[in-house]
Amino acid sequence: MKKTIITVVGKDTVGIIAKVCAYLAENQVNIEDISQTIVKGYFNMMMITDASRSEKDQGVMAEELEKLGEEIGVSIRCQHEDIFNMMHRI
Amino acid sequence: MINLFEARETNKMISEENLDVRTITMGISLLDCIDSKLDKVNVKVYDKITTMARNLVQTGEDISREFGIPVVNKRISVTPIALVGGAACKSPEDFVSLARTLDRAAKEVGVNFIGGYSALVSKGMTKADENLIRSIPAAMAETERVCSSVNVGSTKTGINMDAVKLMGEIVKQTAENTREQDSLGCAKLVIFCNAPDDNPFMAGAFHGVTEADAIINVGVSGPGVVKHALTKVRGKDFEVLCETIKKTSFKVTRVGQLVAQEASRRLGVPFGIVDLSLAPTPAIGDSVAEILEEIGLESVGAPGTTAALALLNDQVKKGGVMASSYVGGLSGAFIPVSEDQGMIDAVNAGALTLEKLEAMTCVCSVGLDMIAIPGDTKPTTISGIIADEMAIGMINQKTTAVRLIPVIGKGVGETVEFGGLLGYAPVMPVNQFSCDAFVNRTGRIPAPVHSFKN
Repeated sequence: MKKTIITVVGKDTVGIIAKVCAYLAENQVNIEDISQTIVKGYFNMMMITDASRSEKDQGVMAEELEKLGEEIGVSIRCQHEDIFNMMHRI
Repeated sequence: MINLFEARETNKMISEENLDVRTITMGISLLDCIDSKLDKVNVKVYDKITTMARNLVQTGEDISREFGIPVVNKRISVTPIALVGGAACKSPEDFVSLARTLDRAAKEVGVNFIGGYSALVSKGMTKADENLIRSIPAAMAETERVCSSVNVGSTKTGINMDAVKLMGEIVKQTAENTREQDSLGCAKLVIFCNAPDDNPFMAGAFHGVTEADAIINVGVSGPGVVKHALTKVRGKDFEVLCETIKKTSFKVTRVGQLVAQEASRRLGVPFGIVDLSLAPTPAIGDSVAEILEEIGLESVGAPGTTAALALLNDQVKKGGVMASSYVGGLSGAFIPVSEDQGMIDAVNAGALTLEKLEAMTCVCSVGLDMIAIPGDTKPTTISGIIADEMAIGMINQKTTAVRLIPVIGKGVGETVEFGGLLGYAPVMPVNQFSCDAFVNRTGRIPAPVHSFKN
């Protein structure tokens, strides 16, 4: 099953992971891996998720997550893993 | 698995360095729409385009959303209309009705340009070819989204100088017919030597007769990504410079390959090619000129420009060919003046001239592109510029093109605004010496000796 990659970038604040995870849980998206770091006060996170049990279309989820990001004040992107695989793996 | 650093790099290219897929272009063959009755041809052409391409725009938008990569344009190219309308169109006016049909079909499916209002006359013109060419000024004035191209030469056939002479007049007439919009019609008209059959980029796209019934071609872009990568290797030697361009080009092209495969699968139309061209836009940081300046030029146009461009073009191809299973179209660096802020700045600063641009076209795709010249330039002078550019293509066995805009009512130093992706341009001076006697000879320039390879 193809994975969905969720990336979050922005100024660090309390509760970013909690809010994103709450949204994913509501939508039956399983998180398989999380990596996160803070560079110069900027929060960087990537989640590898399995959205195959979600009823929502990935495009819709991408839009909703983007909106959620705006509320928190960070940028959230939800993308099909292939764009990264194509670019970084031969 | 992908790591955080890699995901960040990709998304930074998209959000900060203007990485995008410039166009998904669906090529559609209209050969099966040929009929001797004009109204029947019009109906068949409209029906075929609106049926084949009905999901094109939506598919492009879906892919864009799911992969998080902008797909800027969705476009259509069709069989050269001189062939499709040849049996039915007895006059230039008849051809204009086909142009209107293409325009209507483009609006119906929501694409921003449709290419293929074209004639291939590299050796000779049929009556239909000539009628189509003579209809171009009216067609460009009456339609909004139709793009026209005429292939007037090739390495195999030489240059059709009768067509070159005619095109000088047609460019001028097109400018006159659209003078209210700063001669915008000329921005939709390209004159080619060695035109490729599978070019996805406008205004020169058409669906060649050697192609399948329908095909998906994709043009990638990313001058900003290359420029950004080069800022990290300032002062390093050419080996490091070239490696950096190659690696960046590989990554950019992979995205094009992915989008092409996805579009092809979802639309049920075979994948044709990925065009590797670095295509600039007027947006800040999306400029080929800035790459050349990052390589080490004070301004594009300075001595060293041609060498830097040659290097860039070659490395882009070397990185790109491995990234895609089929590469085609124009595949090189574009140097349109009005669509590239760095080029515009260089012209305004007096660093870049028409003659230097001509030299640059020897080593990159495509040619003298989107250049505004004074509105009082003589048609024979325009033909002379076209002939020069065609000769470069013929001798160097490459595609060259001319897209000049003689801006009626404007002179050197004034600025012309086209809007959107077409940008704006300062009117550039043209050599004032005459080439009338040269252009007015009739016939064709024979094919060069190195074309006899059999």
